Amino acid sequence: MNLTLKIWRQNGSSDKGRMVTYRVEDVSPDMSFLEMLDVLNERLILEGDDPVAFDHDCREGICGMCGMVINGVAHGEQKLTTTCQLHMRHFKDGDVITIEPWRAAAFPVVKDLVVDRSAFDRIIQAGGFISVPAGSAPEAHSVPVPKADADAAFDAATCIGCGACVAACPNGSASLFTAAKITHLSLLPQGQPERESRARAMVEQMDAEGFGGCTNTGECTAVCPKGIPFDTIAQMNADYLKAASK
Amino acid sequence: MKFRRRAQQDNQQENRQENVQRESRGAEPAIVGHYRVGDPIQDTKAPAGPIEDRWDKRRFQAKLVNPVNKRKLTVIVVGTGLAGGSAAATLGELGYKVKSFCYQDSPRRAHSIAAQGGINAAKNYRGDGDSVYRLFYDTVKGGDYRARESNVYRLAQVSVNIIDQAVAQGVPFAREYGGLLDTRSFGGTQVSRTFYARGQTGQQLLLGAYQALERQVAEGNVEVHTRHEMLELIVSGGRARGVVVRDMVTGEIETHLADAVVLASGGYGNVFYLSTNAKGCNTTAIWRAHKKGAYFGNPCYTQIHPTCIPQSGDHQSKLTLMSESLRNDGRVWVPKLKGDDRAPGDIPEDERDYYLERIYPAFGNLVPRDIASRAAKNVCDEGRGVGPGGLGVYLDFADAIRRMGREAVEKKYGNLFEMYERITGENPYEVPMRIYPAVHYTMGGLWVDYDLQSTIPGLFVVGEANFSDHGANRLGASALMQGLADGYFVLPTTIGDYLAGAGAFGPVEEGDVAKARKAVQDKIDKLLSVNGNRTADSYHRELGRIMWDYCGMERTEESLRKALERIPELREEFWNNVKVPGDAEGLNQALERAGRVADFFELAELMCVDALHRTESCGGHFRAESQDADGEALRDDENFAYVAAWEWTPEGPVLHKEELNYEYVKMTQRSYK
Repeated sequence: MNLTLKIWRQNGSSDKGRMVTYRVEDVSPDMSFLEMLDVLNERLILEGDDPVAFDHDCREGICGMCGMVINGVAHGEQKLTTTCQLHMRHFKDGDVITIEPWRAAAFPVVKDLVVDRSAFDRIIQAGGFISVPAGSAPEAHSVPVPKADADAAFDAATCIGCGACVAACPNGSASLFTAAKITHLSLLPQGQPERESRARAMVEQMDAEGFGGCTNTGECTAVCPKGIPFDTIAQMNADYLKAASK
Repeated sequence: MKFRRRAQQDNQQENRQENVQRESRGAEPAIVGHYRVGDPIQDTKAPAGPIEDRWDKRRFQAKLVNPVNKRKLTVIVVGTGLAGGSAAATLGELGYKVKSFCYQDSPRRAHSIAAQGGINAAKNYRGDGDSVYRLFYDTVKGGDYRARESNVYRLAQVSVNIIDQAVAQGVPFAREYGGLLDTRSFGGTQVSRTFYARGQTGQQLLLGAYQALERQVAEGNVEVHTRHEMLELIVSGGRARGVVVRDMVTGEIETHLADAVVLASGGYGNVFYLSTNAKGCNTTAIWRAHKKGAYFGNPCYTQIHPTCIPQSGDHQSKLTLMSESLRNDGRVWVPKLKGDDRAPGDIPEDERDYYLERIYPAFGNLVPRDIASRAAKNVCDEGRGVGPGGLGVYLDFADAIRRMGREAVEKKYGNLFEMYERITGENPYEVPMRIYPAVHYTMGGLWVDYDLQSTIPGLFVVGEANFSDHGANRLGASALMQGLADGYFVLPTTIGDYLAGAGAFGPVEEGDVAKARKAVQDKIDKLLSVNGNRTADSYHRELGRIMWDYCGMERTEESLRKALERIPELREEFWNNVKVPGDAEGLNQALERAGRVADFFELAELMCVDALHRTESCGGHFRAESQDADGEALRDDENFAYVAAWEWTPEGPVLHKEELNYEYVKMTQRSYK
């Protein structure tokens, strides 16, 4: 199939940026979306043009490195799918596809489709951990964890930190990301000692990074490739309020 | 049977002698065998005595660094996967000043994250007869008797602490209704010792290490430099004293000095271009260190996983692994007829060849990874492969669905079926899956002693980047175990012994720094100046094809010699005809890739030399000339029970042999019939 791509090009964070139109021909339906961009880039290189910069690594939907807004939707329209796992069979000959980076104040563009998500690392630094130096851990079976809690913690822990939730949110909020970590650790007995300080510190860091507030639009969970449950945000708010009211 | 094996071994020995003679007849240094033999090498750090006491002994003997001095010592850690992330976090906890580097935008992206299956540990929670000794035994045997006993025993000992550590960090392992940890069994073992977090064990363990690391960043003990790529090692006064890195966003070449350097940069499976590794995985860090004096151990040991989704066309950029567990219920087959292109459903039962069940009636579809992989290759080579290019075999669940019902199959394998459908567009409940083997782990890596120190003093190597614990074949669920054992428990102890002497290291010579920086700059300038007609990726694909065809699942003297002709030719062409766009200022992903491909070329040659010199088959290294009547890998313990540690010299590689002695596990031939 032949496609028209409208891709956001921006040469560095201070460049204004613009949409540029490219034609890509003979796209196989078996290609992944990123492989289609590889083909475009190989051509651009040989033509002496600057290839489109985009982040990617594992290309199997788990590292969280890739992510672009495809036709207005973070990671594209296919549900529960990262950009790297989206395949061209979901498009048809003659389609015009717009491709843009995550857009959020707290995710400045580095180049083209590459953005700076280091704010996420700083939110984790603020408290997204359990303080247990190597070697100090008690025997693993000394604290049983109810299966339901372990399973729910796991569901929250599968967040891949891609940032689609922020890109989709009209407020540019990082609530789903932050709530996923808070919920994961709050559900486990090991996470209790630092539960309140963690919630407070992480929420405060999230605000300090310039992410917007949550107004319950639910766009985040709709685009989340891992299906992080929306109610984790309620858990975060509960933990935060409890900590803040002390 | 015994007689036949003896006869074959004799035969093979003759072949080998012939080889050596032919090699020695050639004039130095361009010997036919492409290498010279140097002095033997030894691990001098593992204490003698009973194997169960050695790690305790070493820990006691290791010199300590007092807390005040630790603050004055800097350690560089390259890579933030399970090994590097856990090492950097733990060194930070101990009070060292740590600088951590990764090429990704966050330490949490490292490719350990993609490990699915689980992590082994000798907890014996099932009471099914597991023990530290049994895990040790299984690992040595699974590695086809090509790993060091002392290292493997320590790995098994430490495995139990890893589970404690991970649980305390909040890693949400699968649990049973009583709240205790669940385990499952995995290939190559008869006990249930694999801890798991659904199909995302690697992700959960990595996030645990990442969170520990970020905690140390917050404490001010660790600096993380993301989007920085190590391009050179600084060696001064005979010691590893720093790295030269490129800031991938600004393009700036930076120097970072330290008292010790730890490489945790992962494996080099991407030398094959197509592998299950992440796109960015590369050999540059360890290859640069190798060229600065670190020996490379067993580079030819590559693990090929039998159940991956086949390539769908020339555009393919990577391969995706499907959990091995699928072989529990799926049946593997190909059409009996060559070139039979009917849809699978139209091929009647008696025209199908369930070849694993036919050839290996006892193990059937559950033969070990290397055997299943080679069998698939053989039927495809016969022209009976299915799907695009004939590079695939069916993994059919029709029987399982009939037997267990669709719902039960869905419950057991639903996630995997979904993943398959997402990638291929085919519904495996209705048409059989197509699978094909793919490269997914490299057992080889930089040579290290018991302390995980390379042949360059002060350069330590952990995780998949070193060669140490898996011998010629890694067992499932052991990669995560080794990465975390190295990072949380082994390195933080052994590096102290080295750093206790830091007072005598002296300043880093400016000339050594300048030399390293110049090497980096020259290479970048050269890559940008060629301005030829082909992209780095197209060279990488071609190199990968050569490696897969001639140094892949099955290797022969002929194929390896062919590779050793083709690789230098292609490398030459690369350096004269590659096109790298743009400049070195700012983000230039094409430049990054070109630099990595350049190093893969050199590594590929060493892998082929290693594979050529090792005329035996062992584990993942299968030399077609060395097999028994059943097509099983046939070792040659008399001549090859050693680690091949390669030294880089401008005149070509020099082989140093580390003799392997088995005091505890008796060497026997593996059999799965």
